[in-house]
Amino acid sequence: MTAVDRLYAKRRFKNMLALTLAWAATVFGLFWLVWILWTTFSMGISHLNLALFTKMTPAPGDSGGLLNAFFGSATMSLLAIAMGTPIGIAAGTFLAEYANHSKIGTVTRFVNDILLSAPSIVLGLFVYTLVVKTMGHFSALAGAIALGFIVLPVVVRTTDEMLRLVPSQMREAALSLGVPQWKVTTQILYRASMSGILTGVLLALARISGETAPLLFTALNNQYWTTNILQPMANVPVVIFQYAMSPYDAWQSLAWAGAFIVTMFVLLLSLLARLVLLRNKVGNE
Amino acid sequence: MNDATPAAAPAFSIQAVPVAGPTRTKMIARDLNFHYGDFHAVKNINLEIPEKRVTALIGPSGCGKSTLLRVFNRIYSIYPKQVATGELLLDGANILDPKYPLNRLRSKIGMVFQKPVPFPMSIYDNVAYGIQHHEKLSRTAMDERVEQALRQGALWDEVKDKLKQNGLGLSGGQQQRLCIARAIALRPQVILLDEPTSALDPIATGKIEQLIGELKNDFTIVIVTHNMQQAARVSDYTAFMYLGELVEHGVTETMFTKPTRKQTEDYITGRFG
Repeated sequence: MTAVDRLYAKRRFKNMLALTLAWAATVFGLFWLVWILWTTFSMGISHLNLALFTKMTPAPGDSGGLLNAFFGSATMSLLAIAMGTPIGIAAGTFLAEYANHSKIGTVTRFVNDILLSAPSIVLGLFVYTLVVKTMGHFSALAGAIALGFIVLPVVVRTTDEMLRLVPSQMREAALSLGVPQWKVTTQILYRASMSGILTGVLLALARISGETAPLLFTALNNQYWTTNILQPMANVPVVIFQYAMSPYDAWQSLAWAGAFIVTMFVLLLSLLARLVLLRNKVGNE
Repeated sequence: MNDATPAAAPAFSIQAVPVAGPTRTKMIARDLNFHYGDFHAVKNINLEIPEKRVTALIGPSGCGKSTLLRVFNRIYSIYPKQVATGELLLDGANILDPKYPLNRLRSKIGMVFQKPVPFPMSIYDNVAYGIQHHEKLSRTAMDERVEQALRQGALWDEVKDKLKQNGLGLSGGQQQRLCIARAIALRPQVILLDEPTSALDPIATGKIEQLIGELKNDFTIVIVTHNMQQAARVSDYTAFMYLGELVEHGVTETMFTKPTRKQTEDYITGRFG
């Protein structure tokens, strides 16, 4: 073998080694993911029944359902989206259109990133001090506000990035027609980036569906049915938390069923978000 | 006057002949300067744009021709640190004066960009978008305006059955004609074209060049092109720019056959650029 051949063989060996390590890392990561999903799936499916959707959370030891928990989670999530999305879109628009290269834009983006990665339990404590202590009791509204703080930075970031992805020539083309900036933003730029912004909202929804820590301090839990958002309300993550650690079999099966439903919901939402984004991308080609 | 190689033997034919008879001056640039921050991009331009003729701005990359074009409709004003000084007269009024209303300026001067950018809406809405902001028209009146603009833009026959379709579904050449129709729908007096065919195939390019020949009967046209042959085919007057300065300006046929400046001749015969 010549020197060149030897060098080439060495490089091929290093290449194969690197590829093998990369594969091994992937398999390792996927293994745990598959195991978690499989466990959730198999344990949850066996405890799925119609009563889940028709009965309330039961007293210790009794069997029942999760209806009030599903309702509570849905209500608080939707409220959080309703509160966080408009503010988020407005802030994202400001960042992309009016403060794109300025100092205030840089600072705002930085602060937003901090909020984005803030531990959710800290947000829960913050809302506890601000809302729960002021009101004097736990409530679904406080829970929704805490979740809203999680939604907000996600929507800000997504809106900012999606708007910045719109080519500057589209802005210039619209402005060249003599149309004012605000109309260009609302009538043209939003339309161009709507699928991206919607994806951000869907992903924020997927994220808050599973958040437990902020709800522990704000909405707490409620064994009974209520539609009053000024009262503590049941929600799936806290119910799972409570039931999973209990000694009652009936409660533990409910916890597994709840975990399965939440996982499926988040999975479907993520798939939907991808579908929305992909459909528009293909249409744009 | 120059080297042996005749300036009178260009490698392409000159077809554009200036329309006989005098014409008014539509726009006059006087001592026009432009800065990107500290960079002096356009230096002391004194140029006249004649009405209802096609004026081409040519020059190598980075010479400032697109920058100059973008001063004409003040589109640079949305970016901080971009400043124009001097005078730019449109029918005698200085449009660089901050008191000159921007939206009025932009309804008189339209612009078409290098990359076709139809708005994310139907073809009809694309054309109607600018009109509906400036004028309140009934449904029938708007339909007529849209049709007229699409006819003038040589696109009507191809899209008349699919006006409700998304503009993004058209081919590149059609999209660019849609952008031209969108600009002329406002009935501007001047149309600025910034390298309108550089992103298009030769057939689409040919159609648009033909369109420009028809449009100049109604509009004053200024076109920036890095393709000299296109300038020779399409324009009545040509201005040659180099490193931000206006080197030479005159009737196209003369510029390409008997340029007065050596730099112009060197560029046109391909010695640099």
